[in-house]
Amino acid sequence: MPRAIPQQQLLDSINAGQLKTDLPVLDVGDTVNVHFRIVEGDKERVQVFQGTLISRSGRGLNEMMVVRRIVDEVGVERIFPVHSPMVARYEVIRRADARRAKLYYLRDRAGKSRRLRDRRRGMKHVAAPSA
Amino acid sequence: MGMTLLGRKVGMTRVYTEGGVLTPVTVIALGPCTVTQVKSAEKDGYAGVQVGFDDVKPRRSTIPVIGHDAKAGTTPKRFHREFRVEAGQESGYTLGQVLTVKELEGQKYVDVTGTSKGKGFAGVMKRWGFKGQYASHGTERKHRSPGSIGSLCSNRGFGGGLAKGKRMAGHLGDERVTIRSVDVVRIDADRNLLLVKGAVPGANNGMVMVRPAVRLNKSKQKKVAGKGE
Repeated sequence: MPRAIPQQQLLDSINAGQLKTDLPVLDVGDTVNVHFRIVEGDKERVQVFQGTLISRSGRGLNEMMVVRRIVDEVGVERIFPVHSPMVARYEVIRRADARRAKLYYLRDRAGKSRRLRDRRRGMKHVAAPSA
Repeated sequence: MGMTLLGRKVGMTRVYTEGGVLTPVTVIALGPCTVTQVKSAEKDGYAGVQVGFDDVKPRRSTIPVIGHDAKAGTTPKRFHREFRVEAGQESGYTLGQVLTVKELEGQKYVDVTGTSKGKGFAGVMKRWGFKGQYASHGTERKHRSPGSIGSLCSNRGFGGGLAKGKRMAGHLGDERVTIRSVDVVRIDADRNLLLVKGAVPGANNGMVMVRPAVRLNKSKQKKVAGKGE
């Protein structure tokens, strides 16, 4: 049966409008501020969640990222849909050297070993979005 | 029965709706449909409207279909389906009238009918959700079998064999399925697209029929009433 409709193009065009185009380069290991909109009744305020980006998974609209921070010596992880309209903006505080794609090992670390090394390699790919 | 529109299932994706909720949706390329026949009680014994959807090359169609659609002043269509209307209501439709997804604007819920994906000859676990037998404890080659189907005189209260409709293995899928009262997420009138929440029967590119929801459950009735419809 011939394709009567360009299915994938239609789906992509629906998704395209929802993807964020102004995303900064967010690499695993970076310390980021996530400005998350919180709606209480008819009031809206922005909460900032600061932590280490330990995982990015999924592609396109389905991409999720996990941000981990330590509150009172208790690890807190929040999972954000990268393209969610509830996230007002992202801020990169610090870039760090991560040698793997998922930093789940940080969950088992405490004290000094929890630190990540600052990025020493060139910041070339930080300025321009990576290809 | 309300107006029925024909379309094709495009596929599934997700969209952010109000409040930043990521909602799974099925995209349906709905219409434009052409009214190819108007049936009235006097002439046909009942009132109904036949709509056609999806252009097909005349070479791939048949002379009777080409002639039938030419009466409505359109090119031959691939699909023709009919829906009933109240007697007298058929005068609201004219031959050759084009129905688009705009007709559904304002609807919060629709019913979607399609042909489910064929699964072939399926066992009772897949087809009816039976639990099967033990995985171990001496079970041999019977892990997915239905077990006892009852004796000859059971299931009916009297003899004469098993009750008809006893759930057994057999063909699954490839049948007409209607899911009712699915949420309309978005209507894109420019591109003739309808986005409904959740899954819809059938494979991508399959033909589906959409009509305004016939009957709503209580919570959905309240939602519709609350919006002053």
